[in-house]
Amino acid sequence: MNTLLSRANSLFAFTLSVMAALTLGCILTTAFKDRSAPVRLHVSRILLKKVEDFTGPRKKSDLGFITFHISADLEKTFDWNVKQLFLYLSAEYSTKSNAVNQVVLWDKILLRGENPKLNLKDVKSKYFFFDDGHGLKGNRNVTLTLSWQVIPIAGILPLVTGSGRVSVPFPDSYEIATTF
Amino acid sequence: MVRAGAVGTHLPTSSLDIFGDLRKMNKRQLYYQVLNFAMIVSSALMIWKGLIVLTGSESPIVVVLSGSMEPAFHRGDLLFLTNFREDPIRAGEIVVFKVEGRDIPIVHRVIKVHEKDNGDIKFLTKGDNNEVDDRGLYKEGQNWLEKKDVVGRARGFLPYVGMVTIIMNDYPKFKYALVAVMGAYVLLKRES
Repeated sequence: MNTLLSRANSLFAFTLSVMAALTLGCILTTAFKDRSAPVRLHVSRILLKKVEDFTGPRKKSDLGFITFHISADLEKTFDWNVKQLFLYLSAEYSTKSNAVNQVVLWDKILLRGENPKLNLKDVKSKYFFFDDGHGLKGNRNVTLTLSWQVIPIAGILPLVTGSGRVSVPFPDSYEIATTF
Repeated sequence: MVRAGAVGTHLPTSSLDIFGDLRKMNKRQLYYQVLNFAMIVSSALMIWKGLIVLTGSESPIVVVLSGSMEPAFHRGDLLFLTNFREDPIRAGEIVVFKVEGRDIPIVHRVIKVHEKDNGDIKFLTKGDNNEVDDRGLYKEGQNWLEKKDVVGRARGFLPYVGMVTIIMNDYPKFKYALVAVMGAYVLLKRES
């Protein structure tokens, strides 16, 4: 019957189905894409201290300070279904007490339309590089990687790690100076 | 299919005569309508419970309720979660977790992970749009989250779709009106 209500109803239903089909097409065309990109990392400064962390009364932990360069071209990672890239630089290492440690040192939100070519010099870490104890001292297996999460307009949320990685040899002794 | 009502002549009914169809039904048709309604409700429940089994997450679809992950997720966006036990929790992932003393689960990103040889894991989270990490949100004295706190890991994203839920939460009257109208439509509208 061609009542106003039934017309509105079918129009609404049709709009909804068309939008669902378009969204599905958008998701499927971009779901299986390779989002990786080459990254070049370089560590310019490493410093190790032993300071009180925030987790307990008078509990001291190793705190690393790392300054680094990042260069990456993420232009190819963007396409019509990418709203944003969430870039993060993480340090991964193992210690006697923990098999896997991951600490995010720095992150950046790269929106669609912003310059996708990164060339950053002497970046200081945004977050404290505290270890869960004293595992940084003399640790040779700390590796830095730049990874990103693709935030789509609609679709899956893949995590991608850039191809370049750099190892950070931590010194065998603590820095005494109290300045940060 | 029993179509007893279809035999009669078409009486001129106005578009808002919602009980018109109901009056034309016989008993059998009425049972059919009620059963049909029950089918819809139970299939929705089955789909939800099935998703829980498939994804391993107690709540496989969540609506973003705050702006703490902007500009990635806004209020009213929909997230699809999985929570497979063998999947390790790693830095950079977006997790949905529950904190003791808070009813509403939080969607934030993992920024720190420490995992022992035996698989015991502790991790720290932070919202992309927040200045500081989540230690202030956790229970007092709690510094780390553990695997048992996790409801799921974000795997898929749909914008705006959860807006209906937000409106329903903000205006409960709208929710009751919507449920009433939909229920009435399904029950009173004759299946053709």
